[in-house]
Amino acid sequence: MKGSNKVRFMQGNEAMAEGAFAAGARFYAGYPITPSSEIAEISARRLPQLGGVYVQMEDELGSMAAIIGASAAGKKSFTATSGPGFSLMQENLGVAVMAEVPCVIINVQRSGPSTGLATKPAQGDFMQSRWGTHGDHGIIVISPSTVEDCYYLMIKAFNFSEKYRTPVVFLADEIIGHLQERVVINDIDPEDIVTRELPSCDPEDYKPFEIGESGIAPLAYYGSEYIVRLTSSTHDESGYSNSKPENADKFIRHYTDKIEKNKKDITIVRKYNLEDADYAIITFGCTTRSALEAVEILKAEGKKVGILQLVTLWPFADDEVLEVCNQVKGVVVPELNLGQLIREVERVNKKNIPIVGVNKVNSLSIHPNEIIDKIREVEKCQR
Amino acid sequence: MPKMKMEDYLIEKKLPFFWCAGCGDGIVLSSILKSFANLGYDRKNTVVVTGIGCWGKADDYINTHTFHGTHGRALAFATGIKLANPKLNVIVLMGDGDGATIGGNHLIHAARRNVDITAILVNNFNYGMTGGQYSGTTPEESYTITSRYGHIEPSFDLCNLVEAAGAPYVARGSVYHVVQLQKFIEEGLQKKGFSFIEVISTCPTHFGRLNGMKKAPDIMRWIKDNSVSIAAAEKLSPEELEKKFVLGKFADRDIPDYSTKYQAIIDKCTAKAAKGGVTIER
Ligand SMILES: Cc1ncc(C[n+]2csc(CCOP(=O)(O)OP(=O)(O)O)c2C)c(N)n1
Ligand code: SF4
Repeated sequence: MKGSNKVRFMQGNEAMAEGAFAAGARFYAGYPITPSSEIAEISARRLPQLGGVYVQMEDELGSMAAIIGASAAGKKSFTATSGPGFSLMQENLGVAVMAEVPCVIINVQRSGPSTGLATKPAQGDFMQSRWGTHGDHGIIVISPSTVEDCYYLMIKAFNFSEKYRTPVVFLADEIIGHLQERVVINDIDPEDIVTRELPSCDPEDYKPFEIGESGIAPLAYYGSEYIVRLTSSTHDESGYSNSKPENADKFIRHYTDKIEKNKKDITIVRKYNLEDADYAIITFGCTTRSALEAVEILKAEGKKVGILQLVTLWPFADDEVLEVCNQVKGVVVPELNLGQLIREVERVNKKNIPIVGVNKVNSLSIHPNEIIDKIREVEKCQR
Repeated sequence: MPKMKMEDYLIEKKLPFFWCAGCGDGIVLSSILKSFANLGYDRKNTVVVTGIGCWGKADDYINTHTFHGTHGRALAFATGIKLANPKLNVIVLMGDGDGATIGGNHLIHAARRNVDITAILVNNFNYGMTGGQYSGTTPEESYTITSRYGHIEPSFDLCNLVEAAGAPYVARGSVYHVVQLQKFIEEGLQKKGFSFIEVISTCPTHFGRLNGMKKAPDIMRWIKDNSVSIAAAEKLSPEELEKKFVLGKFADRDIPDYSTKYQAIIDKCTAKAAKGGVTIER
């Protein structure tokens, strides 16, 4: 990143939209739903200024389908939704996995299940973002905790999507989406923008699912010299449907492997105060903000408590979480759900240390004191 | 441009077709590929989008760009493709279950939105692929594997529906009347805006078998005997028309398509931006 800085006061949803445009997104299809609607409204206004296209579809099934189609036709594409809309997108999200079409799906989480406490904050889609569409697959999920994140991580989300030919879920929440904050917008170096690898072979030899040197099949776009056959069905390298067991095995494993094998590149975590911490708080999204407050208060008391913030939620940061578990005497996992991230932390942990959750589903955010109380509880376990 | 042949668009190594003997799908496919040839379509500028069903497997045999999506959503995938690159020829192939039942919402909205695509819906009155269950076009009182006592739901008149939704081009043909069918397909392909062609077709394996038309010629005869032109239909009473297939062109009108209108917005916005009228915040 280089060049001129511009300081702006922005809303999370606005920063997500602007981040998408900065990443090169030029197609948006969506269906309005609070608390994500500002992203649609801003896209409708901004995209034609950039020569791009906004279309409001008849539902979220159609929105997800349209962004896949547009991406295959060569435009970086995205959609934004929340709660019920994210559920409706799951079937076609699987198409993006199977046909390996890059796209970004923003989910500004709201309370559920169903219509729920409409538009109130929650983090109940942590597991859905990983496993929501049926069948085995890999997926990348990125979660912001500041408005600045909404901008810069969105660029990363598009980059991962293009690099690995995969859908990326941008898992925000109502608190971050509607937060207003100061953001420093730097000019983006064009070298920091990734665009999918195009084929360089003879058009006659092109196979849209033939895995290249990078481990990812180059993807041509509709209308180019290369005939592109994309499909939601199990297929061979050329994109013809193929139901042979060995072929199915190869491709279905590939969808998971191409993400898992590149975990080092994809995983983003942030560490606060962890160097000599006795206790750790493991967070994502909005709860990171409460945890930061809690750590400051505890520091004043002379307590050594650190934070591991997961920015990449999936693939799961096994190594980073394990390292923290090995170091500390106890872990607190605050989340606006009944305990989803904590299951992964428990899975990864190998030591006999207390791992306790702070869980809220009543539409209110987690107060730093609630985290502090849990830290004290965990401390007591040690005595 | 060298003169094109139907075979130029057919993937011959994929033959024989997966479809049953007597299925109408092969007839419709050959009409489409002949139309591509007659219009000299550039394979590299053409995308065929299919849904899921027996007819949805047609892309396996078509040598253009293809997209095989999910059940009922072909028009939504196609909308994204066309809006992202309006220069492409985009053709959507759907069954009656696919395009008019699970995907009915996309059908009326694609027609209303007037995206410049050509949708060819093969209506065989049932879900062939999954074993012959009833769809939104199954005729009342007919039999399917899930309406064993006679179907009690009325069926959609799809051409009526799509015309009312605003499509500029709407026609109904049949697999028996192939010359007319091909004419409709060629007109639909050339029409700017949303074109809809419903094709009355055969599924001897399921719909035919359960309705006393086990053999393909029986079901072809049924289509032939019950087809009437729009002009002839005007002279029939509603009762007489009830079990008839009215074939012909229901709409052929000029309505500006979505991409043309959207481009005007882009032009306006970018011109303003160039003059400094709109700040493009970075
Ligand atoms: C969401 C979803 N629901 C159900 C199915 C199962 N299914 C596959 S094809 C089909 C019906 C196909 O009927 P139609 O569209 O009329 O095409 P035909 O097979 O008759 O050509 C159904 C119900 C599916 N693939 N996806
Ligand atoms: S089941 Fe019916 S629709 Fe399917 S291929 Fe056979 S005849 Fe055609």
